[in-house]
Amino acid sequence: MKAKIQHKNLRKIIQQAMFFIFRMAAAINGICLLLITTFIVSNGWHAINWTFLTQPPMDSMTKGGILPCIVGTFCLGLGAIAFSLPIGVSSAIYLNEYAATGKVLRMIRFGINNLAGIPSVVFGLFGLAFFVIWMKIGVSLLAGILTLGIMTLPVIIGTTEEALKAVPNSYREASFGLGATKSQTIFRVVLPAALPGILTGGILGISRAAGETAPIMFTAAVFFTPDLPSSIFDEIMALPYHIYVLATAGTEIEATRHLQYGTALVLITLVLGMNLISIIYRSWLRRKMI
Amino acid sequence: MTLKIQIKERRVNYFFFSVATISIASLFMIMMFLFIEGLPIFTKVSVKDFVFGKLWYPTSEPPDFGIFPLIIGSLGVTIFSALMSIPLGVMTAIYLAEIARPGIREVVKPLVELLASLPSVVIGFFGMVVVAPFLQEVFDIPTGLNLCNASLMLAFMSVPTICSISEDAIFSVQKNLKEASLALGATQWETIIRVILPASISGIAAAIILGMSRAIGETMVVLMVAGGAAMIPGSIFDPVRPLPANIAAEMAEAPFGGDHYHALFATGIILFLLTISFNLIADHISHKYRQSGEASL
Repeated sequence: MKAKIQHKNLRKIIQQAMFFIFRMAAAINGICLLLITTFIVSNGWHAINWTFLTQPPMDSMTKGGILPCIVGTFCLGLGAIAFSLPIGVSSAIYLNEYAATGKVLRMIRFGINNLAGIPSVVFGLFGLAFFVIWMKIGVSLLAGILTLGIMTLPVIIGTTEEALKAVPNSYREASFGLGATKSQTIFRVVLPAALPGILTGGILGISRAAGETAPIMFTAAVFFTPDLPSSIFDEIMALPYHIYVLATAGTEIEATRHLQYGTALVLITLVLGMNLISIIYRSWLRRKMI
Repeated sequence: MTLKIQIKERRVNYFFFSVATISIASLFMIMMFLFIEGLPIFTKVSVKDFVFGKLWYPTSEPPDFGIFPLIIGSLGVTIFSALMSIPLGVMTAIYLAEIARPGIREVVKPLVELLASLPSVVIGFFGMVVVAPFLQEVFDIPTGLNLCNASLMLAFMSVPTICSISEDAIFSVQKNLKEASLALGATQWETIIRVILPASISGIAAAIILGMSRAIGETMVVLMVAGGAAMIPGSIFDPVRPLPANIAAEMAEAPFGGDHYHALFATGIILFLLTISFNLIADHISHKYRQSGEASL
């Protein structure tokens, strides 16, 4: 009897010990995130001031600000989403509302899954070969937008599908019962109900596009342009590429450290901020639904 | 009237269908353009010499286009990062799905998502200015930009992928399996290790492969912290030049239509084939070995 109790205690102790290890593993993720963000914030906030945010780089990028990069990144993110949101949402509507299970559906899903797995630098190569050279758009904002747009498609499709799935079937049935057609049901009942979820996906898409470097390296971004983009055929500067250039290829890597930290801070504020908004919004939505 | 509506409905259906094919069309176009721009190099170099050639001197006379060191570099950083990211990712997933209380879960899960959303260039930058000097000092090595540093940074990036996909797999294990195990007197830990893990192992395996696929294709991190030497590494503190880093570093200098340009696209083909086969394996595993009931436990 005593041995049995001891055995039971031992099992409890093993469980406690293992759970402790798992807790630590989970904590490491949080610690890493905290480490990187506090490092960037504590080093970067000295660099942030009005001049930094509103002036173009000066003296071969050793002084001045990053305004063209901020504008460029905004244009890229918004442009990419303007391209991929309509296509992604329509694709998701087809997959979730129309498609019957079968070969066609499997083919389309295969395409989306593999598109999601393609390395970002391969998107860059494709953008260079197709948009920049074959379509003769040249290195420009437009080529970058199209490349990033295709890259963010799987994100949009995935989040939209999730939002559509969360709309209860009783909504659709009630609409059919009132005599509405399928397209009327989709446009007037399902889409409005799924809209908040779709918007969350859109925000995630923008933040993904804004943070990417490799796809715009050969398609849109250049080392330096003093002017803001005036048309979609202009070359642009972008925050992630600017960090890369200053940190690796600049002539004064050590002297421009504060600019690098500052640019990184602006970028992660933008990207993490958008992600945080969508996470909070999503959890609020879930709570409202329950 | 009804006929008109039917026609309109059918048109809407076709419209959504044709838009949905854009993804697969894009995938096809990406493949096509990679091959159009990459294949010409094989008129100069045989496929075998390209893949297994040990020298990469694209600009010397005559040029050498051997990407074997680059492939080894890619596989090296991927495998070493997997050694860290697999235990960390899977353990975090189990913690989130089975151990954490709902309140804590609500906080930790978004943290993992935020970690996933960190731009790769920022992680690369962190590796350059913090991890590299640290490694250099601690291990007393000539440069901190090496295979070890790149693997560490890549592990950061693949943990969230592994974690979120494994968590889905663990979460979808049928509740009656778990309840039966607990009812038989197993502790929560024994239930996790002997029932839930075996039941979700196919999903976890798929998650691991997808995480490795993300690591092998990640560009900015390896471009900034791997060191960039196109040689076969002798130790984990040697600099390497993985495939994506090589493409990103040299594309700007390669003259359009030249051998170097085509060779870089051919490197892209190899990278594309590597990641696609990783994805196909993951897809196969998660479909074929799906745990559909109690029978095969």
